Amino acid sequence: MSSQISGAGDGAVVLSARRISKSFNGVQVLFGVDFDLRAGEIHALMGENGAGKSTLVKILSGFEQPTSGDIILDGHPVKLPPNGAAEALGIVIIHQEFNLAEHLTVTESLFLGREVTRFGVLDRKFMRAETRRVLDLLGSHVDENAMISSLSIADKQMVEIAKAISRDARVVFMDEPTAVLSREETNFLFKQVRKLRDQGTSFVFVSHKLDEVMELTDRVTVLRDGQWIKTSPTSILDGESIAQLMVGRELSKLYPAKREPDVDEEIVLSVDAVSTGYVKDVSFEVRKGEILGFSGMIGSGRTELMEAIAGLRSRASGEVIIHGEAVPSGDVHAANRRGLAYMTKDRKSKGLLLNSRMTANLTLQSLENHGKLGYLSPASEAQALERARRRFDIRVRDGNVVAGRMSGGNQQKLLLAKVMETEPEIIIIDEPTRGIDVGTKQQIYHFISALARDGRSIIVVSSEMPEVIGLCTRVAVMREGRIVGMLEGDEISEQEIMRYAAGLKKKAAA
Amino acid sequence: MDTSVNEETRDVRRRNWRDIDLRAVAPFAALILLLILGALVNPNFIGLNNLANVATRSAFIAIIAIGATFVISSGDLDLSVGAMVAFVASLMILFMNSGVIADPALMLTAAVLFAVVAGSLCGLANGLITTVGRIEPFIATLGTMGIYRGLTTWLSQGGAITLKDPALQEIYRPAYFGSILGVPVPIVVILAVTCIAAFILYRTRYGRHVVAVGSNADVARYSGIPVNRVRTIAFVIQGLCVAIAVLLYVPRLGSTSATTGILWELQAITAVVVGGTALKGGAGRVWGTICGAFILELVGNIMLLSNFISEYLIGAIQGTIIIVAMLVQRSLVRKS
Ligand SMILES: Nc1ncnc2c1ncn2[C@@H]1O[C@H](COP(=O)(O)OP(=O)(O)OP(=O)(O)O)[C@@H](O)[C@H]1O
Ligand SMILES: [Mg+2]
Repeated sequence: MSSQISGAGDGAVVLSARRISKSFNGVQVLFGVDFDLRAGEIHALMGENGAGKSTLVKILSGFEQPTSGDIILDGHPVKLPPNGAAEALGIVIIHQEFNLAEHLTVTESLFLGREVTRFGVLDRKFMRAETRRVLDLLGSHVDENAMISSLSIADKQMVEIAKAISRDARVVFMDEPTAVLSREETNFLFKQVRKLRDQGTSFVFVSHKLDEVMELTDRVTVLRDGQWIKTSPTSILDGESIAQLMVGRELSKLYPAKREPDVDEEIVLSVDAVSTGYVKDVSFEVRKGEILGFSGMIGSGRTELMEAIAGLRSRASGEVIIHGEAVPSGDVHAANRRGLAYMTKDRKSKGLLLNSRMTANLTLQSLENHGKLGYLSPASEAQALERARRRFDIRVRDGNVVAGRMSGGNQQKLLLAKVMETEPEIIIIDEPTRGIDVGTKQQIYHFISALARDGRSIIVVSSEMPEVIGLCTRVAVMREGRIVGMLEGDEISEQEIMRYAAGLKKKAAA
Repeated sequence: MDTSVNEETRDVRRRNWRDIDLRAVAPFAALILLLILGALVNPNFIGLNNLANVATRSAFIAIIAIGATFVISSGDLDLSVGAMVAFVASLMILFMNSGVIADPALMLTAAVLFAVVAGSLCGLANGLITTVGRIEPFIATLGTMGIYRGLTTWLSQGGAITLKDPALQEIYRPAYFGSILGVPVPIVVILAVTCIAAFILYRTRYGRHVVAVGSNADVARYSGIPVNRVRTIAFVIQGLCVAIAVLLYVPRLGSTSATTGILWELQAITAVVVGGTALKGGAGRVWGTICGAFILELVGNIMLLSNFISEYLIGAIQGTIIIVAMLVQRSLVRKS
């Protein structure tokens, strides 16, 4: 049936939700939501953090059962089988939080549960070749024999995507697939998605990146606080109107005004010729009150560099000097004590205790502020949580929920709040707004800017170019483990950053 | 609008009371069930005397299991505790037999300190081997289990080591057989150790660190927690708890042998798991552990008092309990 349909979503409805409601432990998070997906369309699902997008996606792919309401597949009400068994019906999902078994290889995870055999024996050669083919389609350089546990998050995401795409699905749900991808990888992904769409596959695309939604999708559905707000063709909307629908109010300027630090402002952090395994000979300085950006492709060594500076990784050579004092290599404590904090971009495996509640996560890094002689005061911790929820607009319907059950964006806010609890002088933030909605993004940008005005220094590592451009007064561009460019003032532009990041331009001898 | 807000607050309140963590409650429910079962089997069972006896006898495992709660919560495992009991007890008795201090009271004080230090050092050894030596705790403590057991056999030359000085025996006896305000000393010790352990685990920075390290060592490291130190200290706490158990054990029989404490590590781990602590780390339940230790002892007691199950099956029943406890735990996790 798919052959007769092509083009931008004028096909028949494949899958739809009728008045779907969902409660967790008696707390309702979806309220009678309607949603349809036509054959051969890419349908964006938008909404603030915690609006219920992931929950709806999970319900429509069988990972959660609705509390009430119907799911209609090809015109018939169905009860989708749980735990990914809906794959047999042609419904696959790329989860927002990865779902890969860490101890498998890339090939094994791609073929998990549908291993190919020849004469009863696993046909490893075929499976490897097939995996390679799909990864190449996506322009991914991941080794098909690598262990999942050894991959970076971006690569894990690519494997998830490859897994879904290789399954001849009719319906593919993509829950923030591009949050950890670079622009280049995203382009490869979109190319494949469009190709499959033209063959009749339907996609649901959840993302907080408005430009991507405008570029890729045919229709947009907006949810707010668990309610359906609007569904309309993407072509009649623009980024601003979607943002307004999501937030329910008009948004003022996304980025605060930039403020350059004085040239004679104290240098608080100086990194001198630091090398690690991959990072080579990196030097730069940060002044008090400065917001310094780090841009570059995925895999350009930014995270490795920052972890070396923060003492989470040892340095092969070079010095890190904070307030004129050298910090020993590989010593997180020494760095923390001198007022430097690092926020990881890998919130799920390095950032949050997914089985602990918000409070335990929030104060984990700053317990010494909450009592004397190792004793903890619950009242003081509760106060901290109250403050953090307000400051970072952490929205949960149930204050006792464990971190792993919070919506992705709210987890990110909690992580940011946790690092800020240590009241650092120098803050390295790796991907500050991954998975965060526009409204909160604005709030976080203003927060970062306020910190800088307050005399703190911030390093923003980000793959979102607009963010670096809108926020930073200076931008370092990394490529293959080195800083290849340092842009200032008017030089900071998308083209210029790209030119350095892609290796088309190198800095004049510094 | 107004009504919907009301709706929500009511929802939350209703939830709160339903939210009582089933996993935390399950061991206590099992305990109550056992008590009822016991009363049905034999009316003597529910008597205060019998129950106090059971509690007293559970003291060794209970106290060791408290230490194990820390080790397991931090994501490790200590298989050497049974052998450690035998080893520390042997050392303590040999020390008292050496007669280096003439005054019995002074000697006893010194011996107590000696045992505490010996236990802590044994724990420290386990901790350092697993963290600094980077050996899986299962293997590391399997090794030290052999070492402690072997040293005990060597010290005792395969026989028993007995406390010789009658004066010492006399003043030490009450430590197990005495009572404070009518409560047997071992029960008082259990309660004291548990209260302190609960305080440390739930109310101090160190306790938080233990849980963090056990849930996800990477997150702990990125949060600036000295992971190896936290794990090592948990092993030392375990050693300390073993020493406390030894302090109660020695006055009971006044002797020890190469077979002292055999399989106690399994009982301790069972008590911890039955009490609701996850074996994969990240959540410790001190009171649950005590409950678990008590359940183990109660089952033995019920079997003894009833005539229809042979007491030789105790091991098999305890094995069944740990499996059932794991099944219950898992189904409760799924539900929540
Ligand atoms: N398993 C669960 N148990 C309890 N609450 C849950 C569970 N899953 C989701 N929730 C709650 O449901 C609400 C909606 O979450 P959901 O993950 O669907 O949001 P989202 O729209 O995907 O947000 P984000 O943009 O941050 O990813 C949140 O308040 C979340 O805390
Ligand atoms: Mg989500």
